[in-house]
Amino acid sequence: MDTVSVEPVAANGTRTDRPSDRELVVTRVFDSPARIVFEAWTRPELLMRWWAPASFGVKFLSCDADVRPGGTYKFVFAHPESGEPMAFIGRYLEVEPHSRLAWTNDESDDGFVTTVTFEERDGKTYLMLRDRYPSKEALDEALASGSVSGYPEQFDELEKVLKTLN
Amino acid sequence: MVQFSSAHVDTSFGALSDATRRGVLERLAREDASITELADTFHMTLTGMRKHVSVLEHAGLVVTEKVGRVRTCRLGVSRLEQEAAWIERYRQLWAARFDELDKVVEELKQKENEDGHSER
Repeated sequence: MDTVSVEPVAANGTRTDRPSDRELVVTRVFDSPARIVFEAWTRPELLMRWWAPASFGVKFLSCDADVRPGGTYKFVFAHPESGEPMAFIGRYLEVEPHSRLAWTNDESDDGFVTTVTFEERDGKTYLMLRDRYPSKEALDEALASGSVSGYPEQFDELEKVLKTLN
Repeated sequence: MVQFSSAHVDTSFGALSDATRRGVLERLAREDASITELADTFHMTLTGMRKHVSVLEHAGLVVTEKVGRVRTCRLGVSRLEQEAAWIERYRQLWAARFDELDKVVEELKQKENEDGHSER
């Protein structure tokens, strides 16, 4: 169901949609050629610099990514709310340089697959990320859990606390 | 734009299709009320009001709590709102990541220009 097109958005805005009952889509435009954006998604030392934004209160502990079809990845984060580090694991399904990445998300049972496409137009990269859940029920359950992409629900609370500390 | 599954929308629209139920929501937006108070306000029997409240409760628009012999009603967070809030947090997560990614990408682009490998 590839019905969502990436349209130019004002001020490089990040957009989200639920185009079907088991898919979520995020779009964003980057003012750089696709090969550069792609590089930042596929080199672990670069991934570490943006995947866990400081504003979300998590800290990268380690980032291993064997970015080739069949290769595995493991991201480990520290979260001040919980004593235990959180690990995100999975396997790369597709790696097409400068244009396409797909991987599994195996840390929870809902097992969604993430696909990212990089489309270059006039020196800009139109990026589309799609999380596809195995069923409508799996996505509904994720929505009902309150936990976003594996991050605990307390983020809003945590952010408030962090703001008072700054 | 956020799209919602049609089943949720149907339940919510069904609940909102009745003038009394819309009135109840407006009333509860001002303050919580018991079923008895709501029945009085809308000149209805307790049984009739219970039915309306039950429809609103089913749609997640109203939450009720029984304390002693009084059932108090207040506005609830509907599944629509819950979903919208989740998707907004999801957007915020990616927006925050992409803002950081922008910095990394800018740096790589500059480095490439400096190294003279620019293909543009």
